[in-house]
Amino acid sequence: MGNENMHLLKTDRPVGVIGYGAYVPRYRLPAEETARVWAAKGGLPVKEKAVPGLDEDVITMSIEASRNALARAGIDPCELRAVWIGSESHPYAVKPSGTVVAEAIGASRHISAADFQFACKAGTEAIVSAMGMVGSGMGRYALAIGMDTAQGRPGDQLEYTAGAGGAAYILGPGEEALAVIEAAYSYVSDTPDFWRRQYQKYPEHGQRFTGEPAYFKHIDEAGRYILEASGLSAADFRYAVFHQPNAKFPQKAGKDLGFSDEQIKPGLLVPVIGNTYAGAAIIGLTAVLDIAQPGDRVLVVSFGSGAGSDAFILRVTDLIDERRAKAPSTQAYIARRTQIDYATYARYRGKLDLG
Amino acid sequence: MEIPRHWRLKKQRYALIGEVCPYCDGKIFPPRDVCPHCGGEARNVYPFSGKGTVYSYTVMQDAPAGYESQAPYTVALVKLEEGPVVTAQLTDLGEQAVEIGMPVEMVTRKLREDGGAKGMLIYGYKFRPVGLGPH
Repeated sequence: MGNENMHLLKTDRPVGVIGYGAYVPRYRLPAEETARVWAAKGGLPVKEKAVPGLDEDVITMSIEASRNALARAGIDPCELRAVWIGSESHPYAVKPSGTVVAEAIGASRHISAADFQFACKAGTEAIVSAMGMVGSGMGRYALAIGMDTAQGRPGDQLEYTAGAGGAAYILGPGEEALAVIEAAYSYVSDTPDFWRRQYQKYPEHGQRFTGEPAYFKHIDEAGRYILEASGLSAADFRYAVFHQPNAKFPQKAGKDLGFSDEQIKPGLLVPVIGNTYAGAAIIGLTAVLDIAQPGDRVLVVSFGSGAGSDAFILRVTDLIDERRAKAPSTQAYIARRTQIDYATYARYRGKLDLG
Repeated sequence: MEIPRHWRLKKQRYALIGEVCPYCDGKIFPPRDVCPHCGGEARNVYPFSGKGTVYSYTVMQDAPAGYESQAPYTVALVKLEEGPVVTAQLTDLGEQAVEIGMPVEMVTRKLREDGGAKGMLIYGYKFRPVGLGPH
């Protein structure tokens, strides 16, 4: 190891994904419908977005994704040592989502449960932490989730894309993994591109400031560093997944790093489910793992406002074939689709004042 | 608010955790002290698979207190594959019509809030049509 890769996040022992699970709620709001209501002109950032039902939130969605991850991992939930959930829409301001999810999936009491918050990269933040726990030997298995029911102010640009969904990952020893994490890297800076203050219902964003100095800067720095420090280039990868707030950003970020449309497309779900915030990059990864072959390498780079990126290099193993069919695929969730109109959306998302 | 009650019932509500009778092997839900099949003492934990079929159903137009915002919704008697019949809401129906005998699977959802917007959130089992793929 030379100096050039001293910032890579290296574990003491190999760590990988032993089970993964996606979740997307059933309802879809077409972007055209939002444009109709606000009489908006011009291009639309996505085709449609996923909307949670009246009885869904980050806790219930995390439970289902985690059950899918457990089914693929084939482990006793009592073997988990952590249940960590990254989100910017935890149902409670104070009271952990993690304890409810842990109880519902049958985890033991002997765990760490915590909620992570880092805008859209809260989920990968939980994964980095889970790598640390498993890689140091503190625990054999850790569950890391990124899930959101994203908030967009009515009429705001974000309303077209603020979707719902996410994924759960069980990390464990590399020798049991369906995808080994070969390298990880985190890059952050104090960048005020997007935030939501205490007690505020909807986030604020810095308009065009969210592009170059925020999204592109952090994805590019993280992606470039992990590739260089690992001695790899885009050609060494079968797939690449980037945080996807709209369809355009991840495709440009990928091209800048040398990736082709063929490498990016399988993990690009934002056109059909919207931006699932803390779930966005990692549900792109579940869609990729659903089709990946042993030996395939995957680059994942998340982005969270505020701001930062986590980058991972995964190498798919032979175990993928026997495990992927043990839970519903990401595309099965996407295909389960009921279109709703803006009025139903307003009701489902609590935007109606019932007096 | 009924915090102690919600706390006591959470295991059975979140994941259909019932009991199996050590004497007659009957599966019991909800869990109780005495086996309804043989009268023996029941105490062994048994997690139900969550799979079942719709035994009967009705649509609630006039919802009881705490459920108003969800109306109209479908409530079904679901016959679990292990035997017991439970009453629960059906969810994720979309435009799908409900039929007696329809296969359904358990999901954990938000049932209601106890105490309005300041109150605790109550989570528990509902059922939805099967069809997503392997489980």
